[in-house]
Amino acid sequence: MRQLKVEFYVGLFVIAGIAALAYMAVKMGDLNLFEQDNSYQVVGRFTSVSGLKDGASVELSGVKLGKVTSIIYDTERQEAVVTMQVPNTVKLSTDSIASVRTSGIIGDKYIKVTPGGEEDFMQEGDEFEQTESALDIEELISKFVFSTGDDK
Amino acid sequence: MINMISRLGQSVIYNCEQAGYLTLFLLRALGRMFSWPIKLGPIIKQLHFIGAKSTFVIVTASLTIGLVLGLQLYYELNKFGAVDRLGTVVALSMIREMGPVVTALMVIGRAGSAMCAEVGIMRTDEQLDALECMAIDPYRFLMVPKFWATIISLPLLVAISDVVGILGGYVAGVWIFDVPSGAYFYGMYSSVDWVDINMGLVKSFVFGLIIVWISTGKGFLLHLDREGSYGAEGVSRITTQAVVLASISVLVADYLISAFMI
Repeated sequence: MRQLKVEFYVGLFVIAGIAALAYMAVKMGDLNLFEQDNSYQVVGRFTSVSGLKDGASVELSGVKLGKVTSIIYDTERQEAVVTMQVPNTVKLSTDSIASVRTSGIIGDKYIKVTPGGEEDFMQEGDEFEQTESALDIEELISKFVFSTGDDK
Repeated sequence: MINMISRLGQSVIYNCEQAGYLTLFLLRALGRMFSWPIKLGPIIKQLHFIGAKSTFVIVTASLTIGLVLGLQLYYELNKFGAVDRLGTVVALSMIREMGPVVTALMVIGRAGSAMCAEVGIMRTDEQLDALECMAIDPYRFLMVPKFWATIISLPLLVAISDVVGILGGYVAGVWIFDVPSGAYFYGMYSSVDWVDINMGLVKSFVFGLIIVWISTGKGFLLHLDREGSYGAEGVSRITTQAVVLASISVLVADYLISAFMI
């Protein structure tokens, strides 16, 4: 009986520990062991993705639907190539626009997708026709400051 | 003068010797850990003592730490109007730092000291020598179950501590200060990455090894202590030393792992 009790507590402890680990891994680590291949990848080419990170969210109408899976630099075309993963249930028309945006002033960068009006939808590996690069606030301010200086 | 210099030399030699013996102890124990057959019964008994019985202490400690983190950070974040980030900050600090360190310190205090005293008393009572006389390997018989149990239970305890700490932050943030519950969880899910959880896991494994190594090793090598070794006094001194050394090693290792993995 006593031995059984010890084993019961150890079992309980191990179950609690593994449950906690699994919760963290699946919920926060975005570890997808069970649900794969129900998403497709689309590619966007940007002149600047300053501040965007792997795993950043891809949002439609402000709802997080996909995520950025890789960011590489294309040396030939001198552009940043961002690969995004979007679930199959989300259909993107071929003339959708992808733009790099910031949530709040000091928030994370994310990709905002504005749906277009085309009847055709993007397939695995397709590229966005139009993209908007990250807005650099410093650059904007310096443009503003120096241009008003010139006018006078 | 010469006396002083030779005393310095003596203590350097002594400490190097001790470090060497401890390293040999670790290597022998690690070597034995994987030698077949591994007896499950003793490991379960140790898991009960080191892991299951520590759960209550660790849940209480993590809950209060989560509460305090939520409470303190809320005021600071409120100044920037960034209360939405409370979940992120609490979760990141629990998973990366507080969870592993608090768990390790608690396990050192609860189980490490007990393991050290147990092995130390076996040494002073010459039970370890008796085992060797009977051709029973004391490493395999006594150390291997403790090593396995500690290394298995630390990551599990750390995971429990992280989750409970995050709940503590939730109680402080959402129940007391009315931070939107969605903001708390969404911020957490979107900014905690696998890298952070991985860092916590690596830390917990390393801490587990340090804890079991230093506490059992110190007890095991009691007979080599320079200040007269046998008896109750020796056991008490060695236990104190083991707890202090293990705690400091854990904190130093924490810094080093953070520095390497960031």
